[in-house]
Amino acid sequence: MSFDVARVRKDFPILEREVNGHPLVYLDSANTSQKPVQVLDVMRAHQEKYNGNVSRSVHTLGTESTEAYEGARAKIAAFIGAASPDEVVFTKNSTEALNLVAHSAGQHLRLGPGDEIVISEMEHHSNIVPWQLLCERTGATLRWFGITDEGRLDESDLDALITPATKIVSLVHMSNVLGTINDVSRIAARAHEVGALVVLDCSQSVPHLPIDVRTLGADLIAFTGHKMLGPTGIGVLWGRFDLLEQLPPFLGGGSMIETVTMTGTTYAAPPARFEAGTPPITEAIGLGAAVDYLTGLGMEAVHQHELEITRYALDTLSGVPDVRIFGPSSPEGRGGTVSFGVDGVHPHDVGQILDALGVEVRVGHHCARPVCARFGVPAMTRASFYLYTTTDEIDALARGLDQVRKVFG
Amino acid sequence: MMLDGLYQEIILDHYKHPHGRGLRDPFDGEAHHVNPTCGDEITMRVSSDLSEISYDGLGCSISQASASVLYELLQGTDVAEASGIHHAFVELMQGRGQIEPDEEVLGDGIAFAGVAKFPARVKCALLPWMAFKDAAARAGVDVGVSPEVKA
Repeated sequence: MSFDVARVRKDFPILEREVNGHPLVYLDSANTSQKPVQVLDVMRAHQEKYNGNVSRSVHTLGTESTEAYEGARAKIAAFIGAASPDEVVFTKNSTEALNLVAHSAGQHLRLGPGDEIVISEMEHHSNIVPWQLLCERTGATLRWFGITDEGRLDESDLDALITPATKIVSLVHMSNVLGTINDVSRIAARAHEVGALVVLDCSQSVPHLPIDVRTLGADLIAFTGHKMLGPTGIGVLWGRFDLLEQLPPFLGGGSMIETVTMTGTTYAAPPARFEAGTPPITEAIGLGAAVDYLTGLGMEAVHQHELEITRYALDTLSGVPDVRIFGPSSPEGRGGTVSFGVDGVHPHDVGQILDALGVEVRVGHHCARPVCARFGVPAMTRASFYLYTTTDEIDALARGLDQVRKVFG
Repeated sequence: MMLDGLYQEIILDHYKHPHGRGLRDPFDGEAHHVNPTCGDEITMRVSSDLSEISYDGLGCSISQASASVLYELLQGTDVAEASGIHHAFVELMQGRGQIEPDEEVLGDGIAFAGVAKFPARVKCALLPWMAFKDAAARAGVDVGVSPEVKA
């Protein structure tokens, strides 16, 4: 069955609106995705009919809410191939999930001077700063992979970078700027050989690719709901259960305890151990609905659609004068996120003129300043695609870039 | 197109042909400001009598043109005049497009009236002005209290 983008678009009411007198052309899904009615309806119905707090109420509403919340966890576990729903920890977003790992794994591993953490130059700030903070707290050293001119991870010094001193390797699975999908199999094999944990920031990959944590090579992954048709305020940390079981808590409070006395506390088993306080219940249920929606379409079909759009976009943009694409120039091993520069025009100005034409792109450093620095620019313009993106929208982007060149020519 | 208000010819002219650009010595106060959301940067140098203002920066047309206009307006003024112009520009930027600028005071700065209607760009226009204020303070010159910017 071929992927019917016109039918998919009908599920997203926002795609019918106009911006500045033009039909909305939403090319910022790597920033946040739009939400289908199927997700919005489930969240509204939950608030209207079932709302109660989870995991603590004996009454009917509390029980129904708990079932819906835990049901969402099970859907997400199945979506990523987790061995059990207990391997899925709900967080606020990817950032919180990565901070959780930095705190809890850092403490578990008793990191100190002489220990090393390895990341890459391609990371989002959320996979840089938590590790810098951890190094400041413990005296461990942060090291990183560079980026090649083609926008791929430079693995040439793999064996020198990952050594027995390495305790944690945390990498982005798909770059939010370059679109690069990192095949981390060699790095993960090397990391495991020296006994290091492998963490993957899957914020940009889980929404767009079929992901199976059993074959990914990671011990822990982080992703966020709002980039995959779900609401903001809900993210996921997946971890191997035998690992999660050894990690100490991150935040303390209600729901994460086994028993509390005035002199001490014992902790619940995962995932509850890492979910202190009332969680974002409706948001978790909304994410479950988003996963249902994606599963219904099939992640392989979503991926194939995005491959076609990406190929079309790379072809189209490489034909626009004065445009320079950052990152892999062919659709192989990359996702539907394309960053570029327009010679002589600052990305802010590019974005402003595109917005006047209803074309919504992101401009700036994309929370990944080191990537911009690597390519010698202070900022980039980024178009990012999803299951609802059409080739007509890519054409609108190209027309917008012609307008940019007219204004600044 | 709505953008006509934003990209006035005056602004594009200042962007393409900036006045007074380039850091110069001597100076009494220097400030480096960045816009953390977009990475735009400006370095501003000021002498204590305001006879020398110099700057350099990286950024969009609005921030860089604004620096050029600032140079034109403030270079060689006295503290009282600079304070008045500074206040008028900040007020214009915070006016959400509701303030009629006075060309007598703001000169080419009136072209930025349209920028005030684009809240995401107000910070760009103000970046050099806030850097100037800090650089002036470091040179011992107080250009007065300007209302804080929340864009």
